[in-house]
Amino acid sequence: MSYQYKIGCSLNNLKGVREFIRKSLEGHDVSDLETGAIVLALDEMCSNLMIHAHHCNPDHFIAMNIHIESKRTFVFEIVDDGLMFDINLFQEPQLDNLVHEKRKGGLGIRLVKTIMDKIEYLHEGGKNVCRLTKTV
Amino acid sequence: MVHIKRLQEDGADIIAIVGEIDASSSIELDLAIAKSVGEGFKKIIVDCQALEYISSAGLGVFMSYIEELKDKGISFVLFGMKERVLNTFSILGLADLLNIRETKQEAKKLADELSV
Repeated sequence: MSYQYKIGCSLNNLKGVREFIRKSLEGHDVSDLETGAIVLALDEMCSNLMIHAHHCNPDHFIAMNIHIESKRTFVFEIVDDGLMFDINLFQEPQLDNLVHEKRKGGLGIRLVKTIMDKIEYLHEGGKNVCRLTKTV
Repeated sequence: MVHIKRLQEDGADIIAIVGEIDASSSIELDLAIAKSVGEGFKKIIVDCQALEYISSAGLGVFMSYIEELKDKGISFVLFGMKERVLNTFSILGLADLLNIRETKQEAKKLADELSV
């Protein structure tokens, strides 16, 4: 089963992204806590892309595809054509450094890496595809 | 997206968050805490009973105040988090860096103890 959603790069659209993911996971036997964690990880990925690759330009679009591969394995793809930023190559800061430096960023990537099982980047048809896999 | 209400009780500033905190709304939380600190409150309690969702942008706001609150001797306690919201704090280990209680009564008691 697959679901697709396309949105402009405005942070005001994040709420819609979260609702789309929650709705798509409904009826697939995913616990509230697991749904919450997945929604969070994808919100982080989309907001990162909107801010860093698209400077919150609402005329730029990103697409999200959800594929349910087996009863327990979910594949989430975020497709865009901005600058690719591979979070696997990003060394997330230590928590005590964040507190000390009073920094507000850097937590999102740590969340995504903790929640998702696999994060891959591909080029397909001139687009960037970030593929996140989660087995619940 | 989010409404932030402030009220004062027994010398504590209570900041109630209603709705969702994400990258588009975390600034509201930041401003509310900045105001409370700026107005000189020594006890700040955050009411999370109606907080439905928080992303890293919101967590980052709390993190960024930890040092300043410590330096200024301000006691800062959160309470009333829903399980899925608390889970977000726990995934990052932030639940250990912040003072989190279940009820308002417990939060006020801890804020009193910390401000002695």
